[in-house]
Amino acid sequence: MGSSVGDGAKLQPSREGGRLCVRCGERKAALKRPKTLEQICRECFYVVFEDEIHQTIANNSLFKAGERVAIGASGGKDSTVLAYVLSELNRRYNYGLDLFLLSVDEGITGYRDDSLETVKRNEIQYGLPLKIVSYKDLYGWTMDDIVKAIGLKTIVHSALDRGAALLKADKIVTGHNADDIAETVLLNILRGDIARLSRCTFITTGEDGPIPRCKPFKYTYEKDIVIYPFYEIYRIYSPNAYRGFAREFIKDLERMRPRAILDIIKSGENFRISTTTRMPEQGTCECCGYISSQTLCKACVLLDGLNRGLPKLGIGRTKVGAGSGDGMQHAKHSERNRSSLQGKHGNLDF
Amino acid sequence: MAGASACGGAGCGPHCSSSSSSGAGAEGDAPAERMGRLSMAAGASTTTCGKCDGGGAAVAVSGGAGMCGECFRAYLFGKFKLAVTSNAMVRPTDSVLLAFSGGPASRVALQFIHEMQSKAIQSWETSNSQALPAFGVGVAFVDESALLSRPEHESEMATEDIKSIVSSLSPGDKKVHVAPLEDVFSSGSEDKAAMLEVVGMINDETGRDDFVRCLLMLSLQKIALENGYTKIMLGTCASGIARHVLSATVKGQGYSLPADVQYVDTRWDVPVVLPLHDCLAQELSLLCELDSLKTQQLLDRPCSGINSLVASFVSRLRDENPSREHTILRTAQKLKPFSFNKFSANGYHDFLPSRLRPKFQNVDTNDTTFSEILCLICGSPFSESELQNLENTKHKAQIKIDLYTAHCCQSCHFQILPAATDMYEHFFSLLPKFWTEKVDTAVTASASHGSLRDRIEDYLLEEDDDGN
Repeated sequence: MGSSVGDGAKLQPSREGGRLCVRCGERKAALKRPKTLEQICRECFYVVFEDEIHQTIANNSLFKAGERVAIGASGGKDSTVLAYVLSELNRRYNYGLDLFLLSVDEGITGYRDDSLETVKRNEIQYGLPLKIVSYKDLYGWTMDDIVKAIGLKTIVHSALDRGAALLKADKIVTGHNADDIAETVLLNILRGDIARLSRCTFITTGEDGPIPRCKPFKYTYEKDIVIYPFYEIYRIYSPNAYRGFAREFIKDLERMRPRAILDIIKSGENFRISTTTRMPEQGTCECCGYISSQTLCKACVLLDGLNRGLPKLGIGRTKVGAGSGDGMQHAKHSERNRSSLQGKHGNLDF
Repeated sequence: MAGASACGGAGCGPHCSSSSSSGAGAEGDAPAERMGRLSMAAGASTTTCGKCDGGGAAVAVSGGAGMCGECFRAYLFGKFKLAVTSNAMVRPTDSVLLAFSGGPASRVALQFIHEMQSKAIQSWETSNSQALPAFGVGVAFVDESALLSRPEHESEMATEDIKSIVSSLSPGDKKVHVAPLEDVFSSGSEDKAAMLEVVGMINDETGRDDFVRCLLMLSLQKIALENGYTKIMLGTCASGIARHVLSATVKGQGYSLPADVQYVDTRWDVPVVLPLHDCLAQELSLLCELDSLKTQQLLDRPCSGINSLVASFVSRLRDENPSREHTILRTAQKLKPFSFNKFSANGYHDFLPSRLRPKFQNVDTNDTTFSEILCLICGSPFSESELQNLENTKHKAQIKIDLYTAHCCQSCHFQILPAATDMYEHFFSLLPKFWTEKVDTAVTASASHGSLRDRIEDYLLEEDDDGN
């Protein structure tokens, strides 16, 4: 009574000594796949893993032949696996893509050094050209400089877009996986953000903007991504340092019912949200031409402040992670700044 | 003590603080301390009532202002009354069946509806025209002891408790209906066995939990229909709704989610209303303490599986931020409700003198009956893909079981239907006939349409008929 849920992948061979892979029926099962709890062999795992991603790409028409695609490379496991798989599938199925690795160096000492090393290794291993853009390149300030001036760490996601634009990419791909998207659906429900809720399950976003972003890993489980490189690719990745409430909840949920992660995404896709609420606020920044809901985008406002020696300009309600205790923050904003509701990626916009 | 509990008093497992109490009157320690908890959690800066000039100690907080007991009570009653009136939940001609689970929320609902009824009775007695009679109220309690192997004497004691609670409320005679859950199977003496067997066929813990909830709703419907009630009133509160928002999301029920979180639900034979929709479980528990409203916690079944996980999650969120449940509710309110989430105006207010009709708002003037297909087990409206699947099955189905299966939503299909498909037939045969008969009727209706065509088919000319 009651199916017991496996506790993630088991990598050692079955103790019974005779368990065969449920897919090929030939080789011995080497692991229990987290997404489906199937007992499969190593080779079949690679096959299903890569095949599902290819299906996602094909069914959603993510790419067109000849496109120049920037792979957002953070050095983390998701982008490492993404880089490898995408270049593999590009070759195998002739997507015809011009792939390159794009990494953003915020210029925070000690923060990116390891991950940049990983990305540099990826460049060599996968034969993908690597472009590193620094905050200094994009904005004229490094993160360290910004922190020195205004004492906070803000993550400005548009850095990736600006870098991609600089390097003439047609598209950006990021390694956001099913767990990430499920988490975002939950967080948007908890925060009451109906506009983001309506968009966060889209596999491609920003299509009406300068550079669309897509997520080939939308239906790929994080645990599968962790297992995938285990046998072949040696890598160091910066461990996921932060786990909020929502992520813990998702992990517990997954243990109880693995398909729940996909079910959350399905719910997100099916929410009855009227199209008028869906409309993202359109418009462009008067200063840099980048997409923005205000006349000046957040980055420009911030930079403007820094450049004019008025560092507190632009620090306000919408800054995630802003937590200086200098009395600037109103009590009302402390709710937004509570770390328990931040996703892994800080700002909840992809 | 009926203290602040994650599950709104419903009980949700060993960590739940509410499951061990047996009445608000039992504790001797200062209520002020517990109330203080509520104040502190919300970060009240005031310790005296901010609403009235009585200068009483604040026992609860709302919107940053402290409230004394009186004002707090009025605040909650105000929310209740507003929900009832602005959603036209209770007409003077209605006979309302209150679902009483024993927990603080349903206790408060009972208290408040009783007060509204008393007022209505008073008005009627003193009115010249007597145009607006007072509505009737009955109380239903569904006994789940068969499922929980609860000893009979405990159930009997609890039932007596309930009867005494209700009889202490006057004026207004309120009948108490106690029915064992297995009655919905309508197989006479075989009821209990049928229920235990069918529940036993469900492998998934969450599925079992949800299935029992569906049986509970069916039971209430049955009691209401058999006793002439025109409305069913649930004590479901904001906290319960917030939990449902999250659990429905994680079960892939994002499409149907809005159906269960509105004030009004007319999917059923007897419409269901949720007047405590905007009140938090903590507030309701607090009121029970303040007013010594007796609750009967022994009867609560702890939620399990995913539902329990969600309850703990929401509890943690609430500890961190007491207004989180309201935010979740607000998100859900932005999802589009279904046509059955409003009363149809058609004949709804016929009893009213026309001068009074404008007072009763929020009724749908579009009087088409809803056309959504509902899941045979849980009543969820079908999404696009589920509808597609049903259509495909209708064209191919050789046996009734396939049609029954296609009339189950994807969530019930996954978590409730037995794992082995060859068990389906037996499973469906055990289900309450009420459910499967609805599909039978629909099938017969379309079948007769089909056979009409068959009968005249020979006489119909094909477009390219050349006389062969």
